[in-house]
Amino acid sequence: MTGPGPLLDVRGLTTEFVAGRRAASRTVRAVDGISFQIQRGETLGLVGESGSGKSVAALSLIRLVPAPGRVVSGTVEFEGRDLLTLNDAAMRQVRGARIGFVFQEPMTALNPVFTVGSQIADALMVHGIASGAAARARAVELLDMVRIPDAGRRAGDYPHQFSGGMRQRALIAAAIACQPSLLVADEPTTALDVTIQADVLDLLREMRRRMGLALLIITHDLGVVAQLADRVAVMYAGRIVETGPTRDVLSAPCHPYTRGLLASLPGSTPGGRLAAIPGTVPDLASLPAGCAFAPRCADRVEVCDERPPDPVSAGPGRSVRCARVAETS
Amino acid sequence: MALVDVRGLVKEFSRRPTPWSRPERIRAVDGVSFAIDAGESFGLVGESGCGKTTTGRCLLRLIEPTAGSFAFGGEEVFGMTSGQLRSLRRDMQMVFQDPASSLNPRMRIGTIIEEGLTIHAIGTASGRRERVRELMGLVGLDDTLCKRYPHELSGGQRQRVGLARALALQPSFLIADEPVSALDVSIQAQIINLLMDLQQRLALTLLLVAHDLRLVRHVCTRVAVMYRGRILEMGRTDAIFQAPAHPYTRALLSAVPDPVPDAQRPRIPFDAAMVDLQAPLREIAPDHVAAI
Repeated sequence: MTGPGPLLDVRGLTTEFVAGRRAASRTVRAVDGISFQIQRGETLGLVGESGSGKSVAALSLIRLVPAPGRVVSGTVEFEGRDLLTLNDAAMRQVRGARIGFVFQEPMTALNPVFTVGSQIADALMVHGIASGAAARARAVELLDMVRIPDAGRRAGDYPHQFSGGMRQRALIAAAIACQPSLLVADEPTTALDVTIQADVLDLLREMRRRMGLALLIITHDLGVVAQLADRVAVMYAGRIVETGPTRDVLSAPCHPYTRGLLASLPGSTPGGRLAAIPGTVPDLASLPAGCAFAPRCADRVEVCDERPPDPVSAGPGRSVRCARVAETS
Repeated sequence: MALVDVRGLVKEFSRRPTPWSRPERIRAVDGVSFAIDAGESFGLVGESGCGKTTTGRCLLRLIEPTAGSFAFGGEEVFGMTSGQLRSLRRDMQMVFQDPASSLNPRMRIGTIIEEGLTIHAIGTASGRRERVRELMGLVGLDDTLCKRYPHELSGGQRQRVGLARALALQPSFLIADEPVSALDVSIQAQIINLLMDLQQRLALTLLLVAHDLRLVRHVCTRVAVMYRGRILEMGRTDAIFQAPAHPYTRALLSAVPDPVPDAQRPRIPFDAAMVDLQAPLREIAPDHVAAI
């Protein structure tokens, strides 16, 4: 299991949702043939706006896409095995044990009628790592590790007795309880205040260092990506339109969408006009024949409307889906 | 003279922690004072629960303040009868955070924008319709959308409707409570640009309530930082962002993740002991006060 290849190797992952009934049904491709790798200990930031497919992509990895959605093609190779072909029992041993999860809304991810400590102990028991008093003691250790003050006593609290930041820490504790090699965090700080957000980002960094965790951070916030990710993949309308080392992508973005996102952030010129991207995110059910970003793109030419651009290399470790990348960047 | 002059605003809520316990008083806003000059854009920032939204709502008397005074153009608002308040509300309008829940789902866009004009019986029916078209143009909405319902519009379009509705009565004072936080990143910039354009063109006085420090820095010329119902620091935006005086402001600013790689500033962890809630605001530079 510790081969030389990447920890996670996703190729051509495609997830579709079927909306409506029979005759009137239409297929929406939420994730459209995305490929990416994560090395051991590496952090990848998956960035996009709502509807870009970033969360569905994460759920597809662990086969938790809600019906009527389903993964229609692609491979997800993790620790040498294709997760999409595992049977359900084997998949359950991967989820939670080898791949940990942290979701955006910590209140809904915790069960309100069980104590926080018992929910963490449950994770250990389900995966046969510890049971009884040992599991409870380990749960307290984990809560202490994610800096819950007075962890021994707070383990007996219910989720509503925790603040938002503490709940998110507790979720992180549960996610790392079984010492996974990959942690997937979907908008882990979006519901939190900025000072709490900074604490949680610090905590993720520390856990990564202590446990050699690889991280997949899903976020809409380029600031979070800049602070945490080694590499970034920008999604738009179900596709990865640009990927590369975070520093390179954020300091010299190649795709017009990435450029637009960065330019539209307030910060550089107080009081000035922001370079907004015109138009809105496209409806996935009626995507244009060509590049999905073309209708909003200032650099659009005829070829953009003909067919979706293929990924082109744009420097070491970088790839961009833009027909005009050679001219515009 | 300041158009908006708020002094010693207090708002208490009562709550019962359990159904059988005695109600307790919670001070959501605890003696807040600030003034906004005509045409100025003023930002109220802070984290959730600091009382910034409650402050905004008290000014419009959408909720009743517990104590304090609010002079708007020299007139005391908090003592007004509901009749006086109604005519005053023409001059003070609000844009809400969530455009999906602040627009009546059963009304057409045109009717939503027109409603204020109808209530105040301004103009004839055809004149009002003409004004609705004008307003839609002003906020960059196609006027064919006026027969649509809110659910048929995108988030950005809905927030434009919220703006058009607020501007229908030609207010001089606009309160925008988290106007872009429910929108996608690429749409936020469109609405921020629109808000700033309108503020200049219509000479609006703007109170922007937001948690996003980058947004407030971009839009506002003056800013107040709130924490647990109090203003801890207030002054010109550039002064506060370049040289924050209060430790809480410093911690808050250092916590904002910067999208520029390698621009890592040392983070100042927040500690509740940084804030002395008893400390009065004192002047530390011209037009710059802090509770230290």
